[in-house]
Amino acid sequence: MNKVVSGAEEAIRDIADGNTLMLGGFGLCGIPENCINALVKKGVSGLTCISNNAGVDDFGIGLMLKQKQVKKMIASYVGENAEFERQLLSGELEVELIPQGTLATRCLAAGYGMPAVFTPAGVGTEVADGKESRVFNNKEYLMEMAFDADFAIVKAWKGDTQGNLVYKETARNFNPLMAMAGRVTIAEVEELVPAGELDPDHIHTPGIYVHRIFQGRAYEKRIEQRTVRTRE
Amino acid sequence: MALNKEQIAKRIARELKDGYYVNLGIGIPTLVANYIPAGMDVVLQSENGLLGMGPFPFEGEEDPDLINAGKQTITTVPGSVFFDSAMSFGMIRAGKVDLTVLGAMEVSERGDIANWKIPGKMVKGMGGAMDLVASARNIIVAMMHTNPKGESKLLPACSLPLTGVGCVKKIVSDLAVLDITPHGFQLLERAPGVSVEEIKAKTAGKLMVEGEIPEIVF
Repeated sequence: MNKVVSGAEEAIRDIADGNTLMLGGFGLCGIPENCINALVKKGVSGLTCISNNAGVDDFGIGLMLKQKQVKKMIASYVGENAEFERQLLSGELEVELIPQGTLATRCLAAGYGMPAVFTPAGVGTEVADGKESRVFNNKEYLMEMAFDADFAIVKAWKGDTQGNLVYKETARNFNPLMAMAGRVTIAEVEELVPAGELDPDHIHTPGIYVHRIFQGRAYEKRIEQRTVRTRE
Repeated sequence: MALNKEQIAKRIARELKDGYYVNLGIGIPTLVANYIPAGMDVVLQSENGLLGMGPFPFEGEEDPDLINAGKQTITTVPGSVFFDSAMSFGMIRAGKVDLTVLGAMEVSERGDIANWKIPGKMVKGMGGAMDLVASARNIIVAMMHTNPKGESKLLPACSLPLTGVGCVKKIVSDLAVLDITPHGFQLLERAPGVSVEEIKAKTAGKLMVEGEIPEIVF
């Protein structure tokens, strides 16, 4: 089953104003750079974006924020983006901050066909406001609903023509979870190979979850915090 | 003399035990990794999807695909393993991580913690902190005892939005080491040259002081 499309423009062709998108990555690590750039170029707006972070001012989702393409952001941590904080405090941007494990598990639930999950994260805090809770074994848990996103956009290291994906190091993060959770899943990869070249034992995301795949170009892979030690 | 950040980290490192899996938060907690006693087998978990976090890379060897939860470039160690964010928080939720060290803006005498939001001023988000504090078996907070205005951050009740309820077990501040007990903060140790009176004056929550309180010796 060939899932290959020509590039980012074709992959995102039917993403429309008001859609809900999941975007993989942690900070700037493992983000779908090609698709983000294509979305910025296309100029779709009124988007709801589900992503762990919101990029930085001039890279990643930050580029979409700058153009006011995002109506609502669902994330766990947004500390590295001054424009985001400005739009949030001024009320231009709607934001739902949720615990990182809850974000991951709500993706997982969607990909596993479960409507909801129970987690202790946020019990007794404002995250619990308006949510159903239950006590299991004398501990309270919040009921958190599976996400429902029109599109999931993920970045993998390698992929094959069937849409099977392999991630590299900590660039895996939310990518396999979101890949499972989108109604339509778009994967951009650094290296696209023919089916059969990836070892079936080493595939992280089975192609059944992936609808469109392409080999991305000119990855910048920006480092957010360059930390080094000196040789003795 | 109040402890500096390195000394706070050094004191927290004494709480590590051989065989521990440990999650270190951003800031002072990250420095704890520099003081793991030689020969002690401690595995560091980074919640973005790594067990077995190594030191920073040598210059020129930075890998953009290999970062920690603070988005810093890092390395692996022999035996390291990568996984996705759901499994990462799965092992946290399931209580597999032995110790969590994180920072705080406020801690209450009941062990409540606030560290993610100042309404109207700062909104960074909770990241993984709410998941960690809701599930970790042992939570140590590294923090300054007072804010820059000199007001206590160890309170009867937190004034800021909570991160978790009744979860903190121990605090290592620049002034003291304290346990959270059913009766409030219990003073265990004091920073060299810092008097019990000063700690009392700078602790707004209920403080228990029993017997002689030793100084932290480095």
